[in-house]
Amino acid sequence: MNSAVFLNIARFVLLVLLQGLVLCNINFLGYINPYLYVLFIILLPANLSPTKVIFYAFLLGLCIDFFQDSGGVHASACLVAAYLRPVMLQFSFGITFGHQTLKFKNTPFSERLQYVLLMVFVHHLILFSLEIFNAHHILLVLKKTLFSGIFTTLLIIFTMILFGKKTQ
Amino acid sequence: MQQIFNFLIRHKNTIFFLLLLSVSLFLTVQSHSYHKSKFVSSTNFLTGGLYDWMNDMGSYLHLREYNDRLVEENEYLRSLLFNENIEDSVIVKTDSTSFSGPFSVVSAKVISNNYSKTDNYLLLDRGKNEGIKADLGVITNNGIVGIVEETTKNFSRVLSILNSNSAINVRLKKSNHYGTLVWNGKNPNLVQLTYVPKIANVQKGDTVITGGKSFVFPEGIPVGIVHDFQLGKNESYYDIDIQLFNDMTNIGHVYVIENKNKQEFSKLNSSDDE
Repeated sequence: MNSAVFLNIARFVLLVLLQGLVLCNINFLGYINPYLYVLFIILLPANLSPTKVIFYAFLLGLCIDFFQDSGGVHASACLVAAYLRPVMLQFSFGITFGHQTLKFKNTPFSERLQYVLLMVFVHHLILFSLEIFNAHHILLVLKKTLFSGIFTTLLIIFTMILFGKKTQ
Repeated sequence: MQQIFNFLIRHKNTIFFLLLLSVSLFLTVQSHSYHKSKFVSSTNFLTGGLYDWMNDMGSYLHLREYNDRLVEENEYLRSLLFNENIEDSVIVKTDSTSFSGPFSVVSAKVISNNYSKTDNYLLLDRGKNEGIKADLGVITNNGIVGIVEETTKNFSRVLSILNSNSAINVRLKKSNHYGTLVWNGKNPNLVQLTYVPKIANVQKGDTVITGGKSFVFPEGIPVGIVHDFQLGKNESYYDIDIQLFNDMTNIGHVYVIENKNKQEFSKLNSSDDE
């Protein structure tokens, strides 16, 4: 129990620093950035109470906002992703996830990919709509969501493969 | 009563979610309005310090380039000095603080720079301690960068010209036609000049400089050149794309300019022209 809590706190701090100091400055092709920190919300234990998930997601988003001078954009996006997380878990892994402890690394790759994709794209869509905040630029929102979403998903899958092996 | 409590308990997640969401949406809306985003800002001790530390390590990579820029600027200033025949006594030992004109200049280093969003900010490593205040102009040797929006003791946040809230008074160098510099959020090297009347004779390659109407920037600071232009929808103003002289994606050292006559000016003229 304690080691799991410690692991999550370490992951939180590490992801915030990595995101704020490195990943937000990549600007691939001028505007494509990966938002790897969503991984924290994705990897929170599946049986954690939704209230806690929502609260942790809010804190996470607010930390990124402080780095990015973006008001509450990341906080809102994380909140929506965290609120919809139970639905997405159910959709991707079937209805049994709540009853036993679901281990992400024991699930089939396709189900995991589906879950990651859903979380990332919901988060990115909210993020860019609020960041741009202008109905005239709806195409820009969709373009950014698509390309940054692909980048983030790839990075998340790589991270999961890379660090998933060690803990087995 | 029982039912109300049951309802609250059953929907506690949704209620909690909506509560936090309204907080973050409030912060978001606040960040999109000029001069109001005060709560969430990277000028605080922690993020400012972290950016400062990161920049300390990264700045070595750019030393050669920044040196070249400095030499270039010195060369330009030297050639100005020699051609103006200013007496030596004036040149020697007048540093920026003892200079008696209306403008004073403080140098600062950019420690965090955004340009990929539609509302971009820069963070400088100087703040109130060095005399930087809100509403001062920020430039480099190549051109304008933005306007200081908020300062703390050691850091200040600059509203970049690559921000949808930015509107800066500029004019065409050759013809004195004024316009407003805005950004459409697309390309960090192209900004838009609006409200230039149809009567102005605009050509591709024309230089655009600051207008000096607002007293934030001194008159005549270079901005960019006309990249492309067309008549706007109502056919009385031009929509002009300006190619910036500054590379907004790579800014090292900047100068913060204070106009000491500004307060006097703003007392007389309360228009909100930037």
